Amino acid sequence: MTRAALPGPVRRLWPAAALVAALLAGWQVAVTATGVRPQVLPSPLRVVEQGWAFRGQLWENTLPTLQTTLVGFAVSLAVAWTVAVAVDFSPWLRRALTPLLVASQTLPVVAIAPLLIIWFGFGLLPKVLVIALVTFFPVAVGLIEGFAATDRAATALLRSMGASPWQRFRLVRLPGALPRFFTALRIAITYAVTGAIFAEYVGARAGLGIFMQLQRNQFRTDLVLAAVGVTAVLSVTLFALTYLVQRAVTPWYSGDRR
Amino acid sequence: MKVTVRELSVAYGALPVLDDVGLDVAPGEFVAIVGPSGCGKSTLFGALTGILDGATVTGEIAVDGGPVRGAPFGLMPQQDLLFPWRTVLDNTTIGLEVAGVGRRAARERARALFAPFGLAGFEDARPGELSGGMRQRAALLRTVVAGREVLLLDEPFGALDALTRTAMQDWLAAMRHDHGWTTVLITHDVREAALLADRVLIFSPRPATVVREVAVDVDRPRDRTDPRLAAVERELLAALRA
Repeated sequence: MTRAALPGPVRRLWPAAALVAALLAGWQVAVTATGVRPQVLPSPLRVVEQGWAFRGQLWENTLPTLQTTLVGFAVSLAVAWTVAVAVDFSPWLRRALTPLLVASQTLPVVAIAPLLIIWFGFGLLPKVLVIALVTFFPVAVGLIEGFAATDRAATALLRSMGASPWQRFRLVRLPGALPRFFTALRIAITYAVTGAIFAEYVGARAGLGIFMQLQRNQFRTDLVLAAVGVTAVLSVTLFALTYLVQRAVTPWYSGDRR
Repeated sequence: MKVTVRELSVAYGALPVLDDVGLDVAPGEFVAIVGPSGCGKSTLFGALTGILDGATVTGEIAVDGGPVRGAPFGLMPQQDLLFPWRTVLDNTTIGLEVAGVGRRAARERARALFAPFGLAGFEDARPGELSGGMRQRAALLRTVVAGREVLLLDEPFGALDALTRTAMQDWLAAMRHDHGWTTVLITHDVREAALLADRVLIFSPRPATVVREVAVDVDRPRDRTDPRLAAVERELLAALRA
């Protein structure tokens, strides 16, 4: 079979798969050759084997993390859209909010997250806030700049037709901003899972973050790495999902680049 | 519909763009405006359609002797501005949608014009699938279907290659002849102005004012090799250089 005859997804993914396989093989060989203790560095095979053995626990902890991620990200998206649309309609709000948006990104999450636990307890709320804090900024900025990047001539054309500000927003600014929105969405969603893990690390009853902490305290490095693997799969899956959503929402965008 | 512009001046801060411009367009007339690049020709259209922000506009713009009511002007800008997220048909209905016409009625009205505009079969295509000339025709269709009484065409063929431009000029001449649109055309192409217009106004460099008016007394349909058109072109070029 020639390379050109491979189905599309295989053709696109095999270089990444080959590289990962090579790295894992190198790791396996290195661990076997040096005889390093598994508490320090387990081999990939051991990580997989122990991860599988503890699959029940991993799964029980993945679900809360996934739930936290999705709720947090949904809140983050809602806030980002509200802020971006408001800023687009009001120059006054733009001037008022922009410094705050930037300042929100200078907050050291490492310091804020424990405080959020103190204030709001071990429930969902502090974790949602952490995720929103780390993910809403790229989405809001992507949207604000996407709206603002609207062609002036397009705005002039719509105004010459007598379009109201709301009509101009709906007909031109919003659809024109969607490609940037999806770029921002992809950046943000990779932060979302790590944000959830971090929030759980600080304090939670269940979740991959707290699971990792517990296993680390017992020197179960293999299980920590197994949880890391699950996190990676989760992130990559969510990342890939954004492409599916984008294709459904903005079919013209990929279509124009044929 | 008769358009009268008197003593129109436009300035951005201390920068005057239009200076005491006068313009008359009779119903069914085709007036072309030629002038140097950046002289403020497009600003005239901006003033007519009322979309100049931050500019000081003085003077009088009258339609049928009275103040401008509603939106009598249909603007076709330099770029086609067809939106990639809409099909060609839905791009052409956007003016009607803005005016509150229902989607189905708007589509019906636009669809009827696809054949005369040489776009039949491309209703559901994306703008990216159209050639340059087709995109300009779609943009003109979008302007025409909105049903405005005066068409303002701002260098509509400026971005096209020479062959396509020639074909588009002949096509526009025939379409205008059939439909009798009242039209103001901005162009920097004196040949285009002479071929299409009843009268040609020449704008000075910025701040622009009308320095010369040339009538094109040649019957339609016109032949672009007509020596009378060549004479008009020479006159226009001479006035532009003055």
